[in-house]
Amino acid sequence: MAQIIIQTINGLVNGMVLAMVASGLTLIFGIMDIVNFAHGDLLMLGAFVGATVLTVTGNFWLALLAAAIVIAALGVLLQVTTLRPLIGRDPLTTILATFGVSLVLQKYALWQWGPSVRQISEPVPGHFTLFYLEYPWYRVATALLAGLIIGALWLFLKYGKYGIWIRATTQDRVMAQAMGIPVPLVHTAVFAIGSAMAAASGVLFGPFGGVTQTMGFDFTLRAFIVVVVGGMGNLGGSILASIFVSLLEAYAALVVSPAQAVIASFVVLVLTMLFRPTGLFVPTPK
Amino acid sequence: MTTAPAARRTPSAVGYRIGLTVVLALLALAPLVLPPFWQRFVTEILIWGLLAMSSDILIGYTGMVSFGHSAFFGLGMYGAAAALLTVKPPDLWLAGLYGLVGAGVVAAFVAYFATRLRDIYFAISTLVFSQIFYVIIFTWTEVTGGENGLTFSQPRLSLLGLGSDRFTPVTLHWFVLAVVTLSYLLIRRILQSPFGKVLESIRENEARTRAIGYHIERYKIVAVMLSGLCAGLAGVLYAIQNKFAAPDFVFFTVSGEVVIFNVMGGMGTLVGPFAGAAFFLLLREGLSRFLTEYYLIPLGMIFVAIVIFLPQGLLGFLRRRLNQ
Amino acid sequence: MLVLDAVHAHYGKSHVLHGVSIEVRAGEVVGLLGRNGVGKTTTLKAIMGLVQRTGGRIAFEGRDLAGLPPHGLARLGIAWVPEERRIFRLLTVLENLRTGLDRPGLSAARREVVLEKVYRHFPILRERRDQAGGTLSGGEQQMLAIARAMVLEPKIILLDEPTEGLMPRMVAQIREIVHALHQDGVAILLVEQNVPLTLEAAGRVYIMEKGLVRHHAPAAELRADHGVIHEYLGV
Repeated sequence: MAQIIIQTINGLVNGMVLAMVASGLTLIFGIMDIVNFAHGDLLMLGAFVGATVLTVTGNFWLALLAAAIVIAALGVLLQVTTLRPLIGRDPLTTILATFGVSLVLQKYALWQWGPSVRQISEPVPGHFTLFYLEYPWYRVATALLAGLIIGALWLFLKYGKYGIWIRATTQDRVMAQAMGIPVPLVHTAVFAIGSAMAAASGVLFGPFGGVTQTMGFDFTLRAFIVVVVGGMGNLGGSILASIFVSLLEAYAALVVSPAQAVIASFVVLVLTMLFRPTGLFVPTPK
Repeated sequence: MTTAPAARRTPSAVGYRIGLTVVLALLALAPLVLPPFWQRFVTEILIWGLLAMSSDILIGYTGMVSFGHSAFFGLGMYGAAAALLTVKPPDLWLAGLYGLVGAGVVAAFVAYFATRLRDIYFAISTLVFSQIFYVIIFTWTEVTGGENGLTFSQPRLSLLGLGSDRFTPVTLHWFVLAVVTLSYLLIRRILQSPFGKVLESIRENEARTRAIGYHIERYKIVAVMLSGLCAGLAGVLYAIQNKFAAPDFVFFTVSGEVVIFNVMGGMGTLVGPFAGAAFFLLLREGLSRFLTEYYLIPLGMIFVAIVIFLPQGLLGFLRRRLNQ
Repeated sequence: MLVLDAVHAHYGKSHVLHGVSIEVRAGEVVGLLGRNGVGKTTTLKAIMGLVQRTGGRIAFEGRDLAGLPPHGLARLGIAWVPEERRIFRLLTVLENLRTGLDRPGLSAARREVVLEKVYRHFPILRERRDQAGGTLSGGEQQMLAIARAMVLEPKIILLDEPTEGLMPRMVAQIREIVHALHQDGVAILLVEQNVPLTLEAAGRVYIMEKGLVRHHAPAAELRADHGVIHEYLGV
């Protein structure tokens, strides 16, 4: 019983971080039909930038902010140079292009920061007793912070002036342009927001597992899974799916090794695609 | 995707035959004149080219991008390993059979889903499937050797009724060349048949092809099976050449490289992927001398540039230049 | 104000406009009549830069529209009400209007005035302002589409078959709004199948056939002599 409660908390915490990663991915897909293979690598680079800033300044929150800004700028650069020329081509070419970008970013990180694992120390000290465990407060704080960031994104999309521009462009690019919305700029901005969210998740996740140049692929894969399970381009669905899949993996880890527990999420994906290809968490289209 | 099939464009069947003969002759002579390192290198290009060609059946002809070819390749390797480790004396043909069965099982699995999924959903699902097999192989240490993989001795080259002999680098190269050439001719033949035309029509417009009355699901299943078996065969050859099977070869990196070979060489041409594999491996060889593992930085950039500016790949680009 | 001079356009390989010349002067209501598929909608899309223009010139207030980004037209004062209405279905009515209201350079006070004016013309939209656009009836969607164009405070509105499929009561309301816009000095290029409405609302009328303008006359002339209409439209 104690174990189940511990794993529930773990699953929720991981789920919130994953939700943050996936919401950037699904936002980008929804508006531009781009499946961003480099999303996890932007997360990884963000984590490295954060770790570096942390070493220099000693301030975690500054590191978080700096990582988000730097990676957002990188996102703008990537979108303008590699994705804008592909507008109007088969969406599959965007997977190919971002896959190439992912290779470059990963090896760049290796070149810049080396192969060893970087540690990011927890900015929120202290533990509380959870049954037989000393559970770090930082993990709880991370879940809350991720929730806040996702909530802020949601409020922005719902009520913000530019949020309405983004939603209008997602629904009808041509009509949005006719209404005077600068669609190319909206695309670039959304890519920057998605990149910044990935970077921030990387920094938040840093204290859990350390930062390595290979961590990106794992996140890309998981984000793909939850975005498909939640319904491509559906923000709320991706968030629910993140929590669902993470909880499932946490419970599976009670039975099998953590390395094998990921198969649980693979199975969910396969079942979703078989029985509900539009996603688990969207109403059936009428 | 938007690549035209090779067959329609080749100037003439005669020119094609002459070209093919010359290339095959050069490839057959290569091990006799090349130093050992390059001997091995050319053999590897053939094996990777075969793997890339198998993926081209899906990417180039049917319009389905697979990011999971490492699973077929890897299961081919582990299948061969199973035959070579369990059956005494190790038998070349049995290794091939086991490898094809291994890849075939995975291909059947993927084919079952392939009929229901399209575009990016297919791409993501192949990626996820290959990771399932990777995790199983990586963690099931008792059977697969886990992280360390399996090592075994090379089988003898036995030609039915003609006796058997140890492989030398040269005979191995010829063996690989023969298998690859036969596979290429077979696949080409299949893709030029009415069956291949239906696949192309699925790529161009799936809904229309269905409306004409074709049972698209069956065609996709066959395409995936064909592709998977062909990739498994490449895995068997690689296992025989290198005398080991390792989980690294089931990992996504291999699938990614396969996609790179296709895009670089030119999708939908069958020979393009070979050219892409040769180009990539040569470039890697050249670059990694100065850049060690960072060779992927310039190579990745070249790859992205090709996606954007040369959607037909290098071969398609050259062909257009020559035709001008 | 808006001048199309021998405009050619292609959909992929098929040639759909064969040199269309139309002029709309400031504050004028101009009708564009023709049977289905003669290129009326395409003409509007060509103005909006949504079809590949292969020849000719389109100018607005003396300025060539070629090379202008698609979102630049709204800033110049050109609004489009497409035939399919293209409401942002998941956005509320108010949010649909905000896509045009939230533009740089529009003061908060002015914004209120514009919104009030639109609500005065279409009281139903005020009632439904927090309802998703996709849940409105066809007639209400048409009103929203026109209202959405109006909040841009355009100099000209390209109005594509606004009465198509509407009940007579709604058609009357569209007629009123066209009249009100005209009173306000907004020019309108009206594409319609409804001949009586067009002849009543418009000052001049162009009649298209097979991608070309075949006839051009003051509406009063066509009202008096029905022969031309009968010849080209069969009514």
